[in-house]
Amino acid sequence: MSDDVIYDTAEEADSYDTTEGKVFTVSGGDWDQVEGDEGIAQRIVVNMGPQHPSTHGVLRLILELDGETVTQARSGIGYLHTGIEKNLEFRTWTQGVTYVTRMDYLAPIFNETAYCLGVEKLLGITDQIPERATVIRVMLMELNRISSHLVYLATGGMELGALTAMTFGFREREHVLDVLESVTGLRMNHAFIRPGGLAQDIPEDAPQQITDLLALLRKRLPDTANLLVNNSIWMSRTEGVGYLDLTGCMALGMTGPVLRSTGYPWDLRKMQPYCGYETYEFDVPTQTSCDAYGRFLIRLEEMQQSMRIVEQCLERLRPGPVMVEDKKIAWPAQLAIGSDGIGNSLEHIRHIMGQSMEALIHHFKLVTEGFRVPAGQAYVAIEAPRGELGVHVVSDGGTRPYRVHFRDPSFNNLQAVPAMSEGGQVADVVAAVASIDPVMGGVDR
Amino acid sequence: MTENSEVVPAGTETLEVLATGQGAFGTEGTPDVSGYGGLVRTVHAAPAATRPYGGWYDQAVDTLAEQLGSDFGPAVSKVVIRHDQLTLEVEREHLLSVMRHLRDHPDLRFEMCMGASGVHWPEDTGRELHIHYPMLSMTHNRRLSVEVTCPDDDPHVPSIVEIYPGNNWHERETYDFFGVIFDGHPGLTRIEMPDDWVGHPQRKDYPLGGIPVEYKGATIPPPDTRREYK
Repeated sequence: MSDDVIYDTAEEADSYDTTEGKVFTVSGGDWDQVEGDEGIAQRIVVNMGPQHPSTHGVLRLILELDGETVTQARSGIGYLHTGIEKNLEFRTWTQGVTYVTRMDYLAPIFNETAYCLGVEKLLGITDQIPERATVIRVMLMELNRISSHLVYLATGGMELGALTAMTFGFREREHVLDVLESVTGLRMNHAFIRPGGLAQDIPEDAPQQITDLLALLRKRLPDTANLLVNNSIWMSRTEGVGYLDLTGCMALGMTGPVLRSTGYPWDLRKMQPYCGYETYEFDVPTQTSCDAYGRFLIRLEEMQQSMRIVEQCLERLRPGPVMVEDKKIAWPAQLAIGSDGIGNSLEHIRHIMGQSMEALIHHFKLVTEGFRVPAGQAYVAIEAPRGELGVHVVSDGGTRPYRVHFRDPSFNNLQAVPAMSEGGQVADVVAAVASIDPVMGGVDR
Repeated sequence: MTENSEVVPAGTETLEVLATGQGAFGTEGTPDVSGYGGLVRTVHAAPAATRPYGGWYDQAVDTLAEQLGSDFGPAVSKVVIRHDQLTLEVEREHLLSVMRHLRDHPDLRFEMCMGASGVHWPEDTGRELHIHYPMLSMTHNRRLSVEVTCPDDDPHVPSIVEIYPGNNWHERETYDFFGVIFDGHPGLTRIEMPDDWVGHPQRKDYPLGGIPVEYKGATIPPPDTRREYK
């Protein structure tokens, strides 16, 4: 035995043989050993994520590099899969809202609305939803669109090194979430929109809060715009990056700002209106550059358009019910804040516990058993911040969903990562992914 | 498509049964003294729509029939209209040609397929697995759905990725969750579950799982073992 055969395996790059030759796993500090080895093909595969600050959540990118150039890009998903669609099948139709709101967690109001529109279609009560409930739905959706686009600005900015955009974006978003919290009780995961209407009416001071919010946003959003729109660094990082033209969008089923950045003004709010969008005045911004910069400009303008819609909603708010009249569907109780926190209103408890046995039975049946939805299936689609959010709802006539499937725009649009980033630089992959604005909660569900 | 037994028109006895249920409160045998134990509920597939379908549906179905020629009968087994939505139930052997006509014919032009959503009906013998494709025509601003079925013991459906490349991940997802094998898919691997996962979680014979939760002395069973209202 001689000393020179002793070596420490911990410092050695792991290698194994495959059908395509020897593969090394290099993790840093051991590069020299691989580089010095004879006969190694020059294929370098870099694993980026799923835990990486610039992959927009737990997205895993598998990049094959030639120097700084990406020759192949693949995305790996599933790290945030929580089985929401499966869980839905074991809860009542109303409880389902609590689950779907957690899918695309930056656009919870959209998930809730899309799901409720689907359930209402199966129930055949689409026309019976009170006007006030629909106006509030639209108003909350548009506020949510603003907060979602602000996160795009914030995270997208951060990923490209524009840290002030991040602080601005998250600061403004927090003001929007304050309003959503005041209306629904929660910053996110609201479970506020229910089959048949809303969980409850908005507080009396909500319109004033929203008016103040709009005034603040009108003052501050231009700051962010001024910071980036003509910023030469921002432009050189995003112009011509993440290119995907109309043909590519059509082939890959792309919708939302990515599709509109090719100049095609496809917006379901205009093309296939729901919730009365045909009665609101707003424009669909487009760009023709097909790149990350165009998508950035579109989202900036969409926030302005959303504010226009919210203003029109405020004008239209008339007193009235926010739940369908059908007592077999409408949630029986209203929430109220007591000395021990939030809960069913004392008036309601007094009624069911002290005055009406039938009301108690009704409450119990509806809350524990839920309502039945006639057997059938429906596909409903709405324009979420990231594109078409489709919901396929199937009922077997029971009190629980038989199957609910969400066609999340992030899930579909992530398929464009190879088309957008192959042939470009590594750094541009980050810009391309940010311009899709995927939310992994929605992708994996 | 499914529909309640009570709204199925008389004389349509050939409708396939999608599911059945017994009782009302999720209990079986002697504990159920409710008197509802003998209740039987049947979920039927939706009946075929009758002409005229209304709107653009007639013209679209006619165009498809013209294109398919003598294949139309064997290819499109049923045309269903429910909730103002047109669904074509297509036999899997003809799925590719139907999809190609839907995409390419100028009067149809369904440029986009918005995914594939599986539904598992264990009691729909011989066609347990349904796959629902929502289609979107941007040219004509229309939507329709295509539905194919396949049996549990032969879960094969042709992949439409060659026609709609955007369906790649959607088909992987349906494979992952239902075990439907899309023949001709460029890389049919699991997408959400880990690669070595056993089973297909969205199937009805796959349990939800969970553990009992104890809270203030009471034990709450996991959701999939709780009593279910039928």
